[in-house]
Amino acid sequence: MSTETPAKEVPPAGPAGAAPRRPAPRRTWLVTVCAVVGAALVGAVLIAVGDARTRAAAGYFLSYPWDTFSNAWYAVRDAYVALLEGAVYSPDLSGKGALGPISETLVNATPLVLGGLAVALAFRVGLFNIGGQGQVVLGAVGAAWIGFAWDLPVGLHLLLALLGGLLGGVLWGGLIGWLKARTGAHEVITSIMLNYVALNLLNFLLSTRGFQRPPYGQAISEQVDAGARLPLLLGSPLRVHAGLLLALLAAVAVHWLFSRSRLGFRLRAVGANPEAARTAGMSVGRLQVVAMALSGGLAGLAGASQVLGVSGSVTGSVAGTIGFDAITVALLGRNNPYGVIGAGLLFGGLRAGGVQMQSTTGVPVDLVGVLQALIVLFIAAPALVRAVFRLRAGGGGVGTELAGGWSR
Amino acid sequence: MELELRGITKRFGSLVANDGIDLTVREGEIHALLGENGAGKSTLMNVLYGLHAPDEGEVLVDGEPVRFSSPGDAMAAGIGMVHQHFMLVPGFTATENIVLGSELTRGGGLLDRRRARARVLETSERFGLAVPPDALVSDLAVGVQQRVEILKALLREAKVLVLDEPTAVLTPAETDDLMRVMRELADSGTSIVFITHKLREVRAVADRITVIRRGRVVGSAEPTASQEELAALMVGRDVRLVVDKAPAEPGPPVLEVAGVRVTDPAGALLLDDVSLTVRAGEVLAVAGVDGNGQSELTRCVVGLQPVDAGSVRVSGEDLTGLSVRQVLQRGVGYVPEDRLHDGLVGSFSIAENLVLDLVDTPAYSVGPSVDRAAVARNAAERVAEFDIRTSSAQAAVSTLSGGNQQKVVLAREMSRPLKLLVVAQPTRGVDVGSQEFVHQRIVAERDRGAAVLLVSTELDEVRALADRIVVMYRGRIAGEVGPDADSEQLGLLMAGARPQEGTA
Amino acid sequence: MSAAEQRARPEAVVVHEVLEQPVGLRKRVVTGSLLVLTGAVTVLGWGLGSGRGDATFAFGGDTAVRVPDLTVPGTLTPVVLGALVVVLGLFQLVRGFRARRGPLLVGVAVAAFIVSFLCWAMSGGDAASIDVVRLLRQTLFLATPLILGALAGVLGERSGVVNVAIEGQLLTGAFTAALVGSLAGSLGAGVVGGVLSGALVGWLLAVFAIRYRVNQVILGVVLNAAALGFTGWAYKALMQSDTERFNAPGQLQAVPIPVLSEIPVLGPLLFEANVVVYVMYALIVALQVVLFRTRWGLRTRAVGEHPKAAATLGVPVLRIRYVNVVVAGGIAGLGGAFLSVGTIGPFTENMSAGKGFIALAAVIFGRWTPKGAVAASLLFGFFAALQTLVGVLPYGSAVPSSFLSALPYLATLFAVAGFVGRVRPPAASGEPYPA
Repeated sequence: MSTETPAKEVPPAGPAGAAPRRPAPRRTWLVTVCAVVGAALVGAVLIAVGDARTRAAAGYFLSYPWDTFSNAWYAVRDAYVALLEGAVYSPDLSGKGALGPISETLVNATPLVLGGLAVALAFRVGLFNIGGQGQVVLGAVGAAWIGFAWDLPVGLHLLLALLGGLLGGVLWGGLIGWLKARTGAHEVITSIMLNYVALNLLNFLLSTRGFQRPPYGQAISEQVDAGARLPLLLGSPLRVHAGLLLALLAAVAVHWLFSRSRLGFRLRAVGANPEAARTAGMSVGRLQVVAMALSGGLAGLAGASQVLGVSGSVTGSVAGTIGFDAITVALLGRNNPYGVIGAGLLFGGLRAGGVQMQSTTGVPVDLVGVLQALIVLFIAAPALVRAVFRLRAGGGGVGTELAGGWSR
Repeated sequence: MELELRGITKRFGSLVANDGIDLTVREGEIHALLGENGAGKSTLMNVLYGLHAPDEGEVLVDGEPVRFSSPGDAMAAGIGMVHQHFMLVPGFTATENIVLGSELTRGGGLLDRRRARARVLETSERFGLAVPPDALVSDLAVGVQQRVEILKALLREAKVLVLDEPTAVLTPAETDDLMRVMRELADSGTSIVFITHKLREVRAVADRITVIRRGRVVGSAEPTASQEELAALMVGRDVRLVVDKAPAEPGPPVLEVAGVRVTDPAGALLLDDVSLTVRAGEVLAVAGVDGNGQSELTRCVVGLQPVDAGSVRVSGEDLTGLSVRQVLQRGVGYVPEDRLHDGLVGSFSIAENLVLDLVDTPAYSVGPSVDRAAVARNAAERVAEFDIRTSSAQAAVSTLSGGNQQKVVLAREMSRPLKLLVVAQPTRGVDVGSQEFVHQRIVAERDRGAAVLLVSTELDEVRALADRIVVMYRGRIAGEVGPDADSEQLGLLMAGARPQEGTA
Repeated sequence: MSAAEQRARPEAVVVHEVLEQPVGLRKRVVTGSLLVLTGAVTVLGWGLGSGRGDATFAFGGDTAVRVPDLTVPGTLTPVVLGALVVVLGLFQLVRGFRARRGPLLVGVAVAAFIVSFLCWAMSGGDAASIDVVRLLRQTLFLATPLILGALAGVLGERSGVVNVAIEGQLLTGAFTAALVGSLAGSLGAGVVGGVLSGALVGWLLAVFAIRYRVNQVILGVVLNAAALGFTGWAYKALMQSDTERFNAPGQLQAVPIPVLSEIPVLGPLLFEANVVVYVMYALIVALQVVLFRTRWGLRTRAVGEHPKAAATLGVPVLRIRYVNVVVAGGIAGLGGAFLSVGTIGPFTENMSAGKGFIALAAVIFGRWTPKGAVAASLLFGFFAALQTLVGVLPYGSAVPSSFLSALPYLATLFAVAGFVGRVRPPAASGEPYPA
């Protein structure tokens, strides 16, 4: 009876210590919307600064201030309209082509949703999977190899190629979990290292016969058999493919895992309080390995879906920045599988629209990366958003289930 | 220096931690602040020390109102504080810890280690508080660490020294030494605020006593008041430290610990050749000051801590090296000492916590899924049976009071048929009402025929529940006594004296 | 000994019963076997697999006094070195070295392995040679941004803030240095701009981590993404529109230090570099001194280990964190400036290319000390330098370059999993305060 600590007398003041309570859904939405609007405002400033005519007009700002403002307004309006047209709907397109922007959004969203689920799953178990990049690469390699090197009947070939992608990711993710469970090596460091190892492995394979495509001039893999490709959902030329269904299915599966399954119960317990989980007889290390393997598997599927659904072959840039984008998707989606779908669609749309924006208005697609980072930054710091938009206090920020630092 | 707190009120949300508290500390007196856990003593002192801003009321130093917005302000005004959980940086030396924040430099911000060391030595000599200045704090015994804490305040020329539960981690001998130091400091003019819930110590050392209950001052007393009077004032009603129980009827041995030895990664011995036996139908209590190997012992029994040598048997079966899960499946129940850290998943619901170790059993599963109906049914039964006060079994367990949280742990562990129940600090941070309930359930489990291994640092609890008592000191069993052993006898054992040495 | 010390009673210090034994049997067997394996590979692979040529190690540079080249037999050297490692391994297996000798043992094995590998790579042709000074110069050159990034990481973590945004700070520093250098027509201004922009990213990190209490690892990742997006956007929107005006800063020239640069081997290695490198030398020393010998350092470490203890003594925890994180950002920004104006001049997209993450690994590999971080950065730089140099050796092309470039990452992986896995980071690192 000698543990009178202030912490026990005092209900915690900060969000980090608050009794974990889900933030009210409406307020969550409000913060999200405000974050998107805030990011768009900052983006507008960047567009205006990057616009040559606005800069020129700013040169004589004191004589004709209005020129600066109108030029900036047009630049921003044109860019954002192009972004929307590229992501959702463009009046210039008709017939089946009208679905083009949506199709592109979905194509971009598919790996983001799968990757986002991977990161979210690990988060829920208290692990930070920053190694999505490497797992995507391994998944892509596994899927591609089975896709071009094996000779199998149509349906089975696709299935096994997907399985190959899954296994590649499971291996790479599970390795991170194993290292953590076995040696205590922090997963953030090991996964960053494994990202680079994976990239070098990929480069090696892309210059190795049996994987590289003849005549061995380019760093590109052999072409995946048609029978192992994910079918297009709306037919050519629309690129949206069955990987989307896979992503949705994966979201449902992750939801089931955490809300209904016994494994998920144990995984959540490990994430929320590993000591209590251990005391209750759970094997924390093994569950961490399982979590990282599952997480890696989802990321691997993202890689597989890129190869089997979009490119048909592997290049050095097959993973793009999926692994890192996936972290932002998981955070925006608040580690909820269905939230991840929404976040994936939003960022997928930004990516698709960004391409359109660059080609019609010349605003570099990199702007989308800034927007994405800003949105997540605002989401992660709800206190800031509330201060800026004068909202009432609500729940804590995302990622609060993760303790900080290396020492946990 | 005279210190006065006037009408201090501090709220945390809806909770009123301090409610209009008045307190005067005169120069050179030892003023005891007596109260139960959670009565608001620490909050009050944190207000005084500038860690919390009071919502109402004021602090006066020598009659002048002062405002402390940080510990620095309080220190400048001559107030020093020794926190219950020592505020020491483990990887720093004693000197570094003492001078931190008021370092001596040689210009250019370079530390003057030599002068710092000299000052520490000089101060420690002046007040008779010996510390090795160059030793890492993490290598010091707890009592010495406390001296480092006190020196931190004295070096800053504190006129008022606040000691927050200073004896909680000390052996009786160290406690006596501390009281001597307190008396010397008071005689030399330092005022001391002594926060505690231990009646014996208050009566031994205090000049005046103020009792706090539920955030209010409920009275003051002279040190001549009897223990019963003080207890009644502190708790608000007569407390019975006696638990109704019939004499034990020990059966065959259930738990047999033989020659267990555990070292930490650095090679230090945590458990040194520990052997003990608990029979069916008896409570064996392990007494001792915190940190003498009791935690490690319980962790070894349930398989959380691998042993370097020796064996743990339950009903004759060797459990050494089995996983926690396998141990629990063999009829062992475990109530860990820090329930929020080890026993409960705070963000999980009460219902989920009640099946934390059972969710993989057929009773609660449908194929790969959790049988949520069964979980809810179980929760309803346990909540009723253990009188867990909550609005809903779906509420997060972290929203419960300490006593109700402990009931959740007990309910879960007792929902399996147990051969052995391992209970550590069962009433730590538990309100008085729940304490009785917890004690009764433990006795009931004994009467049902389970063997109970109880670890507690509270001697009253040990004596009330135990059929036999062993005392641990520095990882060893220092001796065994009967439940009617007196405090002196137990205190000697807790300080490491061997029984045959008699008075040491 | 003073009276007070004598009065310290015997039980004042807990003497842990540390058993003086070499190393655990298990660890002994593992390390011993690994050593034997390494030795065997050295003998069989690099020794017996070598060609007929000799291996020449040159010690170049334009110093007045020169160190003569060292020519050794291409086959015998690896065999001898490998055999030595095997013997060490056998001794470890049979008798066991003391635990303290572990790092030395690993060092000897790694060095023997690398020298043998180089002998092998040279043995495939006649009169092949490798210039050791050039190799080490290249090492230092490649390690400079890593060192600066790692110093930034150490400073932040020592005060309790995890800095995963080193990558973003390097990138921002590189970008700003090129931009400001071009606009101002002054490389000095460019370097200062790089430092300030890195500090700005550091300030963002501090505000969000300290004030808004965002999880610091997440924050780092997001800031990296923001930096990548922003510099990429600005590169295309601004720099490419008018390269002459926005992205032609020129590059810092090497400034040989008189006298010192004439020292054989060391002179060309250390004292013929540009000003950023010299500033880096000063920073390494300064940081080591500041952290461990000054008031500021004592407070910084206290804040990183036990912020509450520091706060109760009136140490302004948050201010110390802010200052350290912002200064650290500036140091990383300097590393960024080295990448652009200190190396090639103009900025290119994503020119930090993951160096910030390697710097982060060096922080941990180096056990959160400036000294250790520098050593780890140099090791990583060495592997990178080796990769570019080995390619031109006779047998060099037989080794896939991706294998060599993966080596630093694998080494870090093994280090983190092997012996850094149990090393303790600053206790409060990554934890917001007040908790």
